Amino acid sequence: MPTFDTLTVGTELPSRSHTASNVSLFLYNAAIWNPHRIHYDENYTREVEKHPGIVIDGPLQGDWLTQVVTRWLQDDGELLEFEYSNRRASYLGDRLTASGRIVALDAARREASLDLAITDESGHITTPGHALVRLRR
Amino acid sequence: MDTLLTDDIRAWIGRSDAPQTIEVTRRDIIKYALASEQSLPRYLNGDEAPPMFLFGADRPLTALAELGPDGLRQDNLLPPLPLKRVMAGGVKQRYQRAIVPGDVLHITRTVSDIFEKQGGSGPLIFVVYDIEVRDAAGALVMQETQTRIIR
Repeated sequence: MPTFDTLTVGTELPSRSHTASNVSLFLYNAAIWNPHRIHYDENYTREVEKHPGIVIDGPLQGDWLTQVVTRWLQDDGELLEFEYSNRRASYLGDRLTASGRIVALDAARREASLDLAITDESGHITTPGHALVRLRR
Repeated sequence: MDTLLTDDIRAWIGRSDAPQTIEVTRRDIIKYALASEQSLPRYLNGDEAPPMFLFGADRPLTALAELGPDGLRQDNLLPPLPLKRVMAGGVKQRYQRAIVPGDVLHITRTVSDIFEKQGGSGPLIFVVYDIEVRDAAGALVMQETQTRIIR
């Protein structure tokens, strides 16, 4: 349960790993009504769009970055701003780790700036991100 | 440098498509929360939408016959471009308040920029959208800048 006075620049937020499955990707794309075949049709994905496998949605990785923040904040603050950028593709079977770190604090506003990242198993950052949050206390 | 961006393409900057109106239901929030592996009860119970919920919720619903060979619908707010393969680029969002069941949201989308860059494997075109989400009373709920990369 974070409060502003306990925060220090450099502190890591709890990270979490995600390994999407065919089923989880199917349900995610159904939930967002996304019929793009690169997320479920492996033959098409390899032969036509020339990816090595089924592609994990970029926005889903963005969502996982928001969860680093919301899981840490719980009810003790609010997310004011969030951004991410998809830099490298990730594929079904990849184990992706979502992490975050406090990079700046604004005591007057009780705001914390966070750097976020999705990192794959080879250590590449596939999706860097940034968030601004305000603590309640 | 040769440019891929003709005056006809650049004329799309400033254009908007028809505003979308969506009604947020608890069930839609729960579906999204489960599929994206949320862990907070307020999302899993559907009391509040996770921050990225609108990324799908504002997607226009299209008849199956109108989907292209890649499965995607023709986007009315994407100019005809010399490059064809569309990738998600990134998103920047600023939230004014949380989205909850029962919200009726009006969403407008405007092309705010089109530019090109030389990528490692060839030219890339970036199309940037400004998206504004307001509630039934007209109050701002969220502003988003969304970038698509075409290669």
